Order: sequence, then structure tokens, then C-alpha cells
Amino acid sequence: MQLSTKHLIGIKELYAEDITLILQTAIQFKEVLQRPVKKVPSLRDVTIVNLFYENSTRTRISFELAEKRLGADSINFSASASSVSKGETLLDTVNNILSMKVDMVVMRHQASGAAHFLAKHLPETAIVNAGDGTNEHPTQALLDAFSIQEKIGDLAGKKIVLVGDIMHSRVALSNIYLLKKMGAEIMVAGPPTLIPKYIKEALGVIVEYDIKKALQWCDVANILRIQLERQKKVLFSTLREYNLAYGVTKKLLDGLSKEIVIMHPGPINRGVEIDSDVADGSNSIILQQVENGVAVRMAVLYLLAERK
Amino acid sequence: MQILLTSPQFLLIVNRLAQQLIENDDNINDTVFIGLQPRGVYVSDKIIEQVKLLCPGKEIKYGLLDITFYRDDVRTEIHLSNKTEIPFSIDGKKVILIDDVLYTGRTIRAALDALQDFGRPKKVELCVLINRRFDRELPIQPDYCGKTIDGQFNEKVKVDKEKGEVVIY
Repeated sequence: MQLSTKHLIGIKELYAEDITLILQTAIQFKEVLQRPVKKVPSLRDVTIVNLFYENSTRTRISFELAEKRLGADSINFSASASSVSKGETLLDTVNNILSMKVDMVVMRHQASGAAHFLAKHLPETAIVNAGDGTNEHPTQALLDAFSIQEKIGDLAGKKIVLVGDIMHSRVALSNIYLLKKMGAEIMVAGPPTLIPKYIKEALGVIVEYDIKKALQWCDVANILRIQLERQKKVLFSTLREYNLAYGVTKKLLDGLSKEIVIMHPGPINRGVEIDSDVADGSNSIILQQVENGVAVRMAVLYLLAERK
Repeated sequence: MQILLTSPQFLLIVNRLAQQLIENDDNINDTVFIGLQPRGVYVSDKIIEQVKLLCPGKEIKYGLLDITFYRDDVRTEIHLSNKTEIPFSIDGKKVILIDDVLYTGRTIRAALDALQDFGRPKKVELCVLINRRFDRELPIQPDYCGKTIDGQFNEKVKVDKEKGEVVIY
């Protein structure tokens, strides 16, 4: 049993069997994390660098914990505190780090395609994409899938809606690829200005502009952050207006004829895309997503670390 | 394919092992049984069935341990892991590891490593159905053994779950 790929660049390149293998392995790692000693020695001869060209709380800590709990050595790199500011290129930076005998690279980068670029130039080194621009965030989609499965069972046939800023969200794209491969039904919901025009034709998802209808349709609502830092022009008037029209509120959920699972990849803008009483409510699995992230990333690193 | 233990022989040995496992025990409450995933579990399930019959009304602590993440060849070949389930403390207990075939001893080495992450047992013992005595690569020997064989290097020993017999092929 092994993955069909040497790198994890995106969900797009994975087969359903790869996804199943990662999710199954993650179940075993989740058990490891419940033990008195939350650590296994599987990757004790591996050194991993975490290259973060963009800010991150969850993903970075999650990867670092996953590495430590697999027994790997890890080093952290953030672009702001490095020679990147002196003009060193991405490839030069990575090659310099690799020459110090580093085996794997986990990278987040603001440019879409950055992970793909690295994998192309460094075919022998395992590259794990921790988010590239508005393209993909594969480990987030994997941990979302893991959390859905854990909560409501097999993904096939489940109805999942992605709410909000679909246009700028790498989480949305990775989720769509993954859920499609696993046989779930996917809807995207939000204001027309935040939903790419041809997404229905290109990716085969249902598009809905009425938030209430979308929530009534789904089993799971994955609510995405409004990414103000990526929005180069005005796409809606004010955050307050966005909240009134598309924010997921307690009142909205109470008006549904069924209970739905609430997810959010974080960081949350409370009172914008989601209200506090929904984010902290009994149907929210937002903190379980974070917990599962470590197990899922352990599975990814473990499966990619096979000695060639 | 050669039959090493027929189904009736297999059951007789399981019964004997079950009796041996409890005969030294004044207090079964301080003993925990752990079957090794994946192949040892069939044998350990059978043995525990017998142990329960021999100790009616007593609570038998029985868990499963997967050693995949502790293997010394973990990065040479990726193995699919199985479920680990040890829903009790092993601190201060006598732990009896149960596996089907003792061959190189590397699985048991990994199991001893894994066990440490669950606590500090008072004592660890090893029970195997088949002991291939000339194939050891580490200084590990069983405390309880169903049958000892002098297997050839190129032979494999397998417990056939469906027929309940042990074969060499």
C-alpha cells in the first residue's frame, strides 16, 4: 500500500484510493494522540523544514506537532525573518536548506502554483503543500473530510455546502476536488461577486445565492473566511451588510427543519461570516477539525516519507 | 503446502496455552493480554475465549496492539496500520503479548517499544503459537509456545483462519 504520488501538491492530483489511504491511516494516528505518550518513532531519521512565506497559526503549529509526534526533526522558516528580504529566490532558498540534509519540505506560499514549481525542480524531495495562493490547501481538505466522516460517516452521497468567499479560497477548491472524488454532492453559496462565474460548468458544483436554501439543502455547512487581504476591489459594500445577507446566524439555523453540522477552517471572523453562538454551538465541529488536523498531517508525512 | 497443525491440533494447543497463561496467576486482575495486529489477533482471540471459560465471572483485560509505526523498516516499505485498542492502564501489570509466529523477533522488539508508550508494566511475557527457533535475528525467546519448528529460510508459516489450521508453504 502506498500513495500514487511522491508529493502532496494538491487534491487534484490524487486518486480516491490515495485519499482513502490517508484518511484510514489518520484514524490510527488519532489513536496514537490519545495515548499517555503521544508519539511514535516512525520518522526519527527524517528532517522536515516548514517554509512559511505567508502567515499561519493553525497549519503551522499543526504541521510542527505532527512532525514532532512522528519523531522527525523539524526546522521552521518564516520569510519575513529570513534572507528572502535580501532578494533570495524561492529555489535558491530551498536548495540551500536541502544542502543541509533536509528530507522533506512543507511550504505555504502566497503564489498559486508555488508548490508545483518546487516539485518540478526538486523531484527527489517530498514537497507538501500547506497552501499556495488561491489554488489549493490539500491537508485542510483532508482534515475536513476526516472530520465529516468522523461525525456523520461515509462521504459518498453526503450534501456539503461551502459558504462565502469561494473566489479567493484555496480551502474551497481543495474541498471541491476531494468531495467530488469521494462521491459527495457539493454546493457553493454566497454573493455572486464571490463565486467564480463558470464554477458550475468547470467543477460540477451546484451554485446557490440564497443562504437559507443552501443551509436547508445540506448535511454539512463549511463556512469560509472572507479573505479581505486577497480582495483587490470592492466585492460587497460592508462587512455588516455581508453578515446580514450571508452570515450564518443562530436564527437562520433555528429556521431549518433539520440539524446541520457547522465547520470553519479558521481563522474565524466572528460576526462576519459566522456568529459566535453558531461557531461555539453544539453542532459546530470547528475545534475537532483543528484536533484532527494533526492526525491527518501525521498520516500525510508518514505516507510520503517512504525511503526511495 | 504442508499442514503443520490440523484444526483439532490447533484447538488443543490453544487450550493448553490458555491453561498455561493462567496457571501461574494468583490474581488475574493484575494480568493483561495483548494480541499483536494483524495476524496475532486470530490466535489471541481463540486463547482469550478459553481463558474466559477457565476464569468464569472474572474480568479479563484484553487489548490489541499495532506495531506498524514502531517497525525498524518503517521507511523502506510503507505498511498499512491496524487498530490499536488498549482501553486500560498497563502500569504495574503483567502483560502477556500474544502472536502467531515468532520468526526474526523484530515484531516483538517493536511491540516492546510500543508498549512503553502505554505505561510501565511490571513484567512482560511472550506467548506464540509457532516458534521458528533457528530464524531469530534478535535475542528474543517465547515464554509460552505452542509448537517449535526448524523452518527453512524460504518457507512461510501461516495460520489459515478459515480452516483453523496452520500451514507451511
